[in-house]
Amino acid sequence: MGLLTLFAKPAPTLLRLPTGSFTVDRQGCVLVGTLPSIFPAQLVRDIGQQVLTAFREAESAQLPLAELIINYPSLKITARELRGGAIVFLSPRTPYGPASQP
Amino acid sequence: MDTRHHILLLDDDPDLLDMYREILAQLPSRPEIRTASSGSRAMALLESEPFRLLICDLKMPKMDGLQVLSIVRRKYPQLRTVVLTSVMDEQFRSRVYALGVDMFWQKPGSEPEIKMFLECLESLLGREADSGFRGLQSKSLMDIIQLECISQSSSVLRITNGPLTAKIWIQNGDVIDSEAGDLRGESAFQKILSWKTGNFETLPAEPSRPRAISKSYNALLLESAQALDESLDVATAGSQAKSAALPLAQLSQVEGVEFVLAIKPGQPSHHEACGLENPQPMADWAQQSLQRFDALGDRLHAGALEQIEGLGPQRHVALTRHGDTEFCVGWKHSLGVDQIRELMKKVIALWAS
Repeated sequence: MGLLTLFAKPAPTLLRLPTGSFTVDRQGCVLVGTLPSIFPAQLVRDIGQQVLTAFREAESAQLPLAELIINYPSLKITARELRGGAIVFLSPRTPYGPASQP
Repeated sequence: MDTRHHILLLDDDPDLLDMYREILAQLPSRPEIRTASSGSRAMALLESEPFRLLICDLKMPKMDGLQVLSIVRRKYPQLRTVVLTSVMDEQFRSRVYALGVDMFWQKPGSEPEIKMFLECLESLLGREADSGFRGLQSKSLMDIIQLECISQSSSVLRITNGPLTAKIWIQNGDVIDSEAGDLRGESAFQKILSWKTGNFETLPAEPSRPRAISKSYNALLLESAQALDESLDVATAGSQAKSAALPLAQLSQVEGVEFVLAIKPGQPSHHEACGLENPQPMADWAQQSLQRFDALGDRLHAGALEQIEGLGPQRHVALTRHGDTEFCVGWKHSLGVDQIRELMKKVIALWAS
């Protein structure tokens, strides 16, 4: 039985958008987070990097921002500036319930 | 020549593909059915021949259904898409619809479900292919007013365009009054007819409404059509900066607006601003941010970016798109996020009208 399991084709999975938060430092390194470990670390770093860049470029355009809210039909990303870094909240949306407030 | 619709079925399970092929063969329009067992194979088939409909599973190895659909929706916007899956999860349903997919179906398990599924597919295949009259939604507001007047009706037309609402009073086939925001009478009527989109409903007549318009409906419609033609001529005759500055100034009148920036992407440094002394850095930031978060949305399969709100210690800002124009609107610091969202809808509706 164990041998059969060894050669079994792994079942394909779909990536769920997670609910949770994480913090990034000013270099974009993820410090702590409550996102499930199944969610790819590369995507988490990517989100962190994009919000940090958006904060920095806004400041260069004479528009200092403390919070960014990015709205997609099925996800809301809320990022709060933290002394050069950021805390980022991910809240998936469904038709029957709006994204929860961080 | 083969005029049958072509359907592409995508599922990683070959047994299910065979079964669905048999089920789809029962469709009254007798479509041509092709199958693919992987996303890459499906992409190759779509490249090589024209399909009317793609039916796609979600859970697949290597390239999952969400990945396939996000590529397909961009590359083949005319292609109808249906998700057929055993994954019943509200999040995935929401993400699938956010990608612009036409239907999300749980794999049918009984005869009535299969029948319903086939009926929906047949209806989807037939859409846009049928000729003949369409519903009232394809009529212009001018047509609707003419219909009401010719039939000597008495009614009140309530027209909504986003957050903007207006009314036209018709009494025994005559337009007797209209109201749009602060405007009344003929000026309100012309304003309403300048709206390009909207919804209307017919309310019961108000015979006690005093008459504020004395012209015949024909004269009113003719004047409105002339005014629309003239404004179109002005827009096409050049002086783009002048014609764009006028609506922007109107947008900046919306409560709480500090500045408005309208950007035409693809045209280097083409933007119009109202309330900003040096709009270039702001326009660059707005464009880059919209592009950056567009790309992030693609990677997350979260659907097309809707809006970005930025809250700052001095002022707030909101970024969004309407048609081929990108907007960056500055808001007073005293406003909350929910208020900004509502007011942004008003700004965009004003722009669209």
